[in-house]
Amino acid sequence: MTAFGKVSLRGNILQRGRSKERSRLLVFNHAVLLLLTAFAVLPLLILFFNSLKTKAEIGANPLGPPNQIIAENYINAWEQGNFATTMRNSVIYVVVTIAAELVLGGLAAYALARKKPPGSDLLMLYFLVASTIPLWMYIVPLYTQFRIWGLVGEVHGLIIIYIAGNAPLTIFLLRSYMIDLPRELEDAARVDGANELQVLTRIVLPLTKPGFLTVGLVVGLGVWNEFTLALTFIYDPSRAPVTTSFFKFTDRFARDWALTSAGAVIIIFPVMVLFLALQRQFIEGLAEGGIKT
Amino acid sequence: MATIPQKKIATGFLDRLTDETWRYKFTRNVLIPWLFILPLLSIHVFVVAIPAVQGIYMSLTDWSGVGRNVEFIGLANYQELLFEDETFGKSLTNNFIWMAFFLTVPFILALFCATLLSQIKRGGMAYRSMLFIPYVLASVVTTAIWRNLLSPRKGIGAAMANLTGIEGFDIAYLGRSETALLSIAFIDNWHFWGFLMILFLAAMQAIPPVLYDAAKIDGANRWQEFRHVTLPGIRPIFLFMFMMVAIWSFLAFDYIWLLTQGGPGGSSEVIATQLYKNAFLRFEGGYGAAQGVVISIFAGFIIMIFVTLRRRGWDI
Repeated sequence: MTAFGKVSLRGNILQRGRSKERSRLLVFNHAVLLLLTAFAVLPLLILFFNSLKTKAEIGANPLGPPNQIIAENYINAWEQGNFATTMRNSVIYVVVTIAAELVLGGLAAYALARKKPPGSDLLMLYFLVASTIPLWMYIVPLYTQFRIWGLVGEVHGLIIIYIAGNAPLTIFLLRSYMIDLPRELEDAARVDGANELQVLTRIVLPLTKPGFLTVGLVVGLGVWNEFTLALTFIYDPSRAPVTTSFFKFTDRFARDWALTSAGAVIIIFPVMVLFLALQRQFIEGLAEGGIKT
Repeated sequence: MATIPQKKIATGFLDRLTDETWRYKFTRNVLIPWLFILPLLSIHVFVVAIPAVQGIYMSLTDWSGVGRNVEFIGLANYQELLFEDETFGKSLTNNFIWMAFFLTVPFILALFCATLLSQIKRGGMAYRSMLFIPYVLASVVTTAIWRNLLSPRKGIGAAMANLTGIEGFDIAYLGRSETALLSIAFIDNWHFWGFLMILFLAAMQAIPPVLYDAAKIDGANRWQEFRHVTLPGIRPIFLFMFMMVAIWSFLAFDYIWLLTQGGPGGSSEVIATQLYKNAFLRFEGGYGAAQGVVISIFAGFIIMIFVTLRRRGWDI
C-alpha cells in the first residue's frame, strides 16, 4: 500500500498542470465535507448549548449558544431522572454482558478456531443462519418462555438475552482473530507442559487482545444504547437502564428542554469520552462487527 | 472382519494402551472443545433457536401470551392479517416506503461523501471521526435531539421561517400524517449514514492507487474514474449492505416507537410497531407471533434473492 502511495504521489509531482487542477477540486471536497460534518455535529452542539440554558432562554433562543451558563440543569436532571440508579444499572448490564460474552465467546471461538471438533462446520452454519433470524421472530415466544422461568423483569434475564444476541458476532470475530495466530507458539507452550486452558489464557489471550477489545467495544456500545429489549423485558424503574428510563423522563418533562437536554448529555458523555479516546478501535470495530442484524 | 483376529492377538497391556489413547484423544479433541463451546451455544439455543421455532407454532394458535388457554386455529391468524386487518396493509406499505428511503438516501449520501473523503490526504481522520459520531449515539438521545429540532415553534423550521420570512417551514413534522414517517426516516438516517460511509470509505481505500493512475493514463475523467474504478472496487460491500439495509427495513422499530409510536392516525405504523402493540399491549400473542413470522419471511425472501443472483453468476 505504501509503495503504491509513493508511486501516485510522484505521478502528481511530475504532472504539475494536473496537480493544480487537483488542488482546486479538493477545495470543493473540503467545502462539501465541512457542510456534511456540520450536519453531523451541529445537532449535538445545539443539544449541549440547550443543556446549559434556562427554560426561558430556550424559548427565546432555541438554537444558539447560551448567554448564561446554567450548570444546575445537570444536577436537576441527575436527580429528577434518577440517573444515579439507572447509570449504575446500565453499567451493570454493560459490564456483565461484556465479561460473560468475552469469557464464553473466547472459549467457544478458541475451540472452533484451533480444535475444530467434529460438528464445528455445522455449528458455524448454525450461527450464520441464526444471525439472520430477526428479533421479531422470537421476541413473543421468548417473552412467554421467560415469564414461565421467572426471568421477565429480572436483570439477569435481560443480560442473558444480550449475551445470546451478541453470540454470533462474538464467535465470528474472535474466531477470525484466533485463526490468524501462528500455531507454533501454542505448540511450544504445550511442549513445556501447559494444559489447554493455560494455552488459552497465557498464549492466545494476550495475542488476541485487539480482537477482544473490538468485541468488547461493539457489544458494550450496543448494550449501553439498547432500547427495544429493555423496554420489553424490564418494568421496574429501579432496574431500568438509562435508555428506557430517559425515554420516560423525556415524556414527563417534554416541555423542559433544558432538563431533557442535560439528561441526554449525561447519557452520551461516557460514550463520547471512550469514542474520543479509542476512535480507531471504535470505527474499525463497528465497521467490522456492526454489520449484524 | 479383519480386525477381530488382531484383537485376539493383542495382549491385555496393549489393549489398555490403545483404549487409553483413544479415550485421551476423544477427551482432547472432542469432549473438551465441545465443553468450551457448550455454554454460549446453549444460551443461544434457549434464547433464539427454540423461541424462533415456538414462534411458528404460536402463530397458529390464539394464545394471548399468558395463561393456559391455547387453541390451535391453523392459519386463521395469517388469514386475518392478510385479508381482514386493514392496518397491516398500511404498515407493510410504510415498510416499503422506509425501504425505498433507506436504499437511496443514505447510499447516495455515503457514496458521495466517501468518494470526496477518499481523495483527501490530510485531515481525513478528523472528518471520519466527526461524521461517525452520530452512529455511536443511543436512539433515545438521537430522537430527543431531533424532536426538539423539528418542533414547529422552536426548531429549525421556525428559525428558517424567521430567517426567510416564508411560512411553511415551521410545521410539526412529526405531528402531521403526511410528514411523520419521512421525518422519522430522516432522523434515523442522520444516525445511520455515517456508518455506511465508513464502510464504503474503507473499501475505497483498499483499491490499489495504480488502478486510478492507469485510468488517468487512459484519459478517464472523474466520472469515468468513479464509474469504472471506484464502483467495481466497492461492489462487494455495496451489494452486501444493500441486502442488509433491505432486510433491516422490515425490522424498523425503535426510532418509530420513540418518536410517534406509529401515529398520528397510524401514518407511521410499520409491522414491528403493530406487532409490539398486539403482543405486549393487547395480549394477542399468537397474532403478534404471526406478524413476526411474516417479517422473517420478508427477510428470508430478500436473502433468497441475493443467494439466487449469486448462484446465477452475479458477483455478489
